[in-house]
Amino acid sequence: MRDHPTYPLLTPRGWLVFALVGLVLLAVPAANQWAATGSAAHLPDYLVPLIGKYCTYAMLALALDLIWGYAGILSLGHGAFFALGGYCMGMYMMRQIGTRGVYGNADLPDFMVFLNWKELPWYWQGFDMFWFAALMALVVPGILAFVVGWLTFRSRVTGVYLSIITQAMTFALLLAFFRNNMGFGGNNGLTDFKEILGFPIQAQTTRVGLYVASVIGLGLTFLICRAVVTSKLGRVCLALRDAESRVRFLGYSTTGAKLFVFTLSAVLAGLAGALYVPQVGIINPSEFSPANSIEIAIWVAVGGRGTLSGAVLGAFAVNWAKTWLTGAAPEVWLFFLGLLFVAVTLLFPKGVTGLVQQVRNRLATRAIPRQAEGD
Amino acid sequence: MARPDIPGRLAGEPDPHLYLSGVTVSFDGFRALNALSLIIEKGELRTIIGPNGAGKTTMMDVITGKTRPDEGEVFFAGEHDLTQLDEAGIANLGIGRKFQRPTVFENLTVYENLELAVKTARGTFATLKGRLTGEMRDTIERLFDTIGLAARRHEQAGALSHGQKQWLEIGMLLGQDAQLLLLDEPVAGMTDHETAATAELILRLAKERTLVVVEHDMEFVRSLGAKVTVLHEGSVLAEGNIDQVQANQRVVEVYLGR
Ligand SMILES: Nc1ncnc2c1ncn2[C@@H]1O[C@H](COP(=O)(O)OP(=O)(O)OP(=O)(O)O)[C@@H](O)[C@H]1O
Ligand SMILES: [Mg+2]
Repeated sequence: MRDHPTYPLLTPRGWLVFALVGLVLLAVPAANQWAATGSAAHLPDYLVPLIGKYCTYAMLALALDLIWGYAGILSLGHGAFFALGGYCMGMYMMRQIGTRGVYGNADLPDFMVFLNWKELPWYWQGFDMFWFAALMALVVPGILAFVVGWLTFRSRVTGVYLSIITQAMTFALLLAFFRNNMGFGGNNGLTDFKEILGFPIQAQTTRVGLYVASVIGLGLTFLICRAVVTSKLGRVCLALRDAESRVRFLGYSTTGAKLFVFTLSAVLAGLAGALYVPQVGIINPSEFSPANSIEIAIWVAVGGRGTLSGAVLGAFAVNWAKTWLTGAAPEVWLFFLGLLFVAVTLLFPKGVTGLVQQVRNRLATRAIPRQAEGD
Repeated sequence: MARPDIPGRLAGEPDPHLYLSGVTVSFDGFRALNALSLIIEKGELRTIIGPNGAGKTTMMDVITGKTRPDEGEVFFAGEHDLTQLDEAGIANLGIGRKFQRPTVFENLTVYENLELAVKTARGTFATLKGRLTGEMRDTIERLFDTIGLAARRHEQAGALSHGQKQWLEIGMLLGQDAQLLLLDEPVAGMTDHETAATAELILRLAKERTLVVVEHDMEFVRSLGAKVTVLHEGSVLAEGNIDQVQANQRVVEVYLGR
């Protein structure tokens, strides 16, 4: 009776599922590269960056689930952290274009030449180095989240007010990045990338490389999130979702806990954005649109907030449906999304994961009397 | 930090564990506490009664840093000015509070509720790295010995009965090793049997800690046999043992007689 709980990073079964999902995802580029064209196992080229993109969305969903599903803070600005990570990587790839731009200017991206700028602004310095851009893709969203979180959590802004503030944050960034004189390419954003780390961006082998990086990124993000939610801090987060004042009266700084999780979450979103942009080949201000951030919340809600696997599942499922619907019947997509949102909030608030759990429980309770009869 | 200058206290006498002087709290002009003064000695068990809205909970809010007083002094152990600290800082001084409405972490297990309470480094990074040590496990088992509930350790706290939640919450205060315990209506919603068990628990705890117990249940207050303070309209109306208080004409008028 003196037993106590343990919190493994993953159970043996969890590791098995983790490895299986990893294998399936890695089979995609293998089937694309090595299976004979025309055979049933061969996957078309376009699937690689498409599923790679889903992987980065899944990372983004994990990031949101960490702060929303566990700490109970609904951020509706995670699209901004994602976009900032993306812009950092985009800036690196812009600098990689070098003299291959339309104006052939080695020092300035085309849009700056077009604006008659004479030299690179200070905040573009260093972005010709991959390591610096990659670091900034994590640091910039992290700092923004830290500052916004510090200001809001400290003054105990919670619930819907925090959601509104984060929406305002992403909207403000949207407007700012639209401006040409911000120096991020205005409404065209950053595009026409040529290469990344010396590899041609359009080549299928590069795409496979980016895809594999995304799968690894997703696995890593998942494990980082697991590490947090299985830690004592993870339990403090669940606790403050239930009864924040009780946590404070136990002597914990709830501001500190929230700030940590919010900042980490933004860093992970930035990583996702940095992997996303090279695969889609463009980043523009529309990534900051408030609706994008709301969509992320819908992925998580559909999958089941508060379960990490649910967030991944939700991101894949909703985005697959989006790809399919916007191709088959584009006018239906927004209605579908709205309907999904209503259905999730009203009918299955714990998402697909909760639904599966419910069915399983029902089967289990039905199995018990049957066993009793057998006795 | 300026030590309070307590009237009537001789030099060399130990400081009171809790000292409130002239504490006033107004909500939109309404005085929930009105120049409230109160002295609780170290190791004392004090019961506080008073009609609804007398300011009992507000007093606890002031002591625990939830509400800042507009005026007045609040000192802990003679040296900590509680009006200058936040909730977490006050909790870490060793002041524990049970809310009027039992407040436990419903989505965590009973065991996890206690785990979070057990005294450890409270910093965010320390918490991130925090492991359940053997020492903590022993402490938690001792808490189970005190409050019961051992058989329900892996159940979600939300599944406990009202009375059991009250005990769990008291167990959490003990886990945090609070030296001053503020219990706001600890037997509300309990059966007679549970109430008796809680009285026994409180008397046991009072042997080594300072306790302030707010209750409406006069039977229960009597069973604790401690000094009683009657609050009314935000200040002390009467103080004394239960018989003195029950015989007090003013107390009968505003509270007991109704
Ligand atoms: N945050 C607040 N804003 C406005 N008024 C408040 C606030 N908190 C308490 N009050 C008022 O202050 C008065 C004292 O409330 P308090 O909760 O301290 O009473 P109490 O003695 O604990 O009563 P009870 O026995 O009902 O628990 C009440 O009239 C209450 O309405
Ligand atoms: Mg009260």
